[in-house]
Amino acid sequence: MIKMKDIRKTYPNGVQALNGITIDIDLGEFVYLVGQSGAGKSTFIKIIFGDEKATSGDVQVAGHDLVNMKRKEIPHLRRDIGVVFQDFKLLPTMTVYENVAFALEVVEETPKNIRKRVMEVLDQVGLKNKARFIPDELSGGEQQRVAIARAIANYPKLLIADEPTGNLDPDTSWEIMKILEEINAAGTTIIMATHSKEIVNTIKRRVIAIEGGMIVRDQHRGDYGYES
Amino acid sequence: MRARTFKRHIREGLKNTWRNSWMTLASIGAVTTTLILVGAFLVLLLNINHIAENLEEDVEIKVLVDLTANDAETTAVGEELERLDNVKSVTFSTREEELERLMSGLGDEGDIFGLQDQENPLNDAYIIKLDDPTETVAMAREIATFDHVEDVNYGEDFVQNLFDFNAYARNIGLVLIIALLFTAIFLISNTIKITIFARRKEIEIMQLVGATKWFIRWPFFVEGMLLGVLGSVVPISLLIGGYYYLDQNMSAVQQFDFITLLPFSPFVWQVSGVIILIGVVIGVWGSVMSVRKFLKV
Repeated sequence: MIKMKDIRKTYPNGVQALNGITIDIDLGEFVYLVGQSGAGKSTFIKIIFGDEKATSGDVQVAGHDLVNMKRKEIPHLRRDIGVVFQDFKLLPTMTVYENVAFALEVVEETPKNIRKRVMEVLDQVGLKNKARFIPDELSGGEQQRVAIARAIANYPKLLIADEPTGNLDPDTSWEIMKILEEINAAGTTIIMATHSKEIVNTIKRRVIAIEGGMIVRDQHRGDYGYES
Repeated sequence: MRARTFKRHIREGLKNTWRNSWMTLASIGAVTTTLILVGAFLVLLLNINHIAENLEEDVEIKVLVDLTANDAETTAVGEELERLDNVKSVTFSTREEELERLMSGLGDEGDIFGLQDQENPLNDAYIIKLDDPTETVAMAREIATFDHVEDVNYGEDFVQNLFDFNAYARNIGLVLIIALLFTAIFLISNTIKITIFARRKEIEIMQLVGATKWFIRWPFFVEGMLLGVLGSVVPISLLIGGYYYLDQNMSAVQQFDFITLLPFSPFVWQVSGVIILIGVVIGVWGSVMSVRKFLKV
């Protein structure tokens, strides 16, 4: 699913965010990305979904060669990847339904299929009855579930979650984790950056720890490893 | 692009215009203000030009034939004049006709001079009109060198001043219109930039879910077009109403027949077309330029 070889990233301002990352992540894996703020987690994630370009090295994601990829191919990469953020990134003027339908309109799906698929994914995250609400009328956990529904609407092979529970209370966080586990069980690869010791130590999965732009630990069924 | 997607862009563009109603109003306000100014200047400029053309139309050159010239020589002068480029019409006027015209011009005073009792001191004359009246001075100089031409009259001072004034008026008007258009584009693209800045999140999310550049641009494109059209509603209404009023009242107070306005129709419709076109162009241009700023991919 993801193959990285000696990835380095230096920002124009001289900051060296990644200093040689080599990693393989297979289809269907669930991977936690841990590390202090500023360790390079965000850059690592941004390179995977084409928001930043690596300075050197090779990256393959879902069959796309990100190093030799032209800018106009980025939208096609994005359609194979679902992304969820700490701040949800929902459009406040659109209803829950429209926020999710948006991702399908982009790939020019038929209106009939859009209706069917939107209700399907809203059902999957338990928000079928809130389709007509706007994001501000929902709780944080519900908003994140809308974001997840939008991310999986296109049947992505890879779901990237950048601190999806960062803004949520513990109970809500477990709800979100339950949904992510279900999505993973259905075959979608998940990469989740997190600062939650409880989650990582409770739901045991592969843990990749990044420090100073390098992978310092890659552990099967690992633990958080930091004092939070 | 599929028809379905095209319909989606139109729908989104309309929806966004409605959703961002305050920004929409601000943009329409900017478009409206500038289009009113542009419209007023266009009306003024085109009418000044029209009046100038009328005045220029009236400019004629009177070629006085030598008193000593016989009939054949007089006819030869006429033929020579006919052969000139840029000559629209040549009219012959005998010295008797010239005298008649002079006397009727003087009215009763003519009788006092008792001109009809004396020997006619006037010349046979050719009155010519030019295709391009601005060439009058040069033409007159050329004609003055012909054989059997005694003198050439064309109201030298008046004509030169008229043409100078007309050229000034046209150039100044043109510069003003162009300056106004640039101001308009700047103003509108700024307003739209603010509108779109408020919606950079929307653009960011569209990119996140894999929207192509054009997919993102289209609704903004539609929106810009709509802003342009909506922004031209008030200016066009003012134009139609104002020009109708002017047209009705000008003909009533008109004293000089060379000061005529361009006829209401089709002039008003042509200017309306130009206003809508300018509105749409700056609306679309403004939004496309501003979206580009936020399209990182």
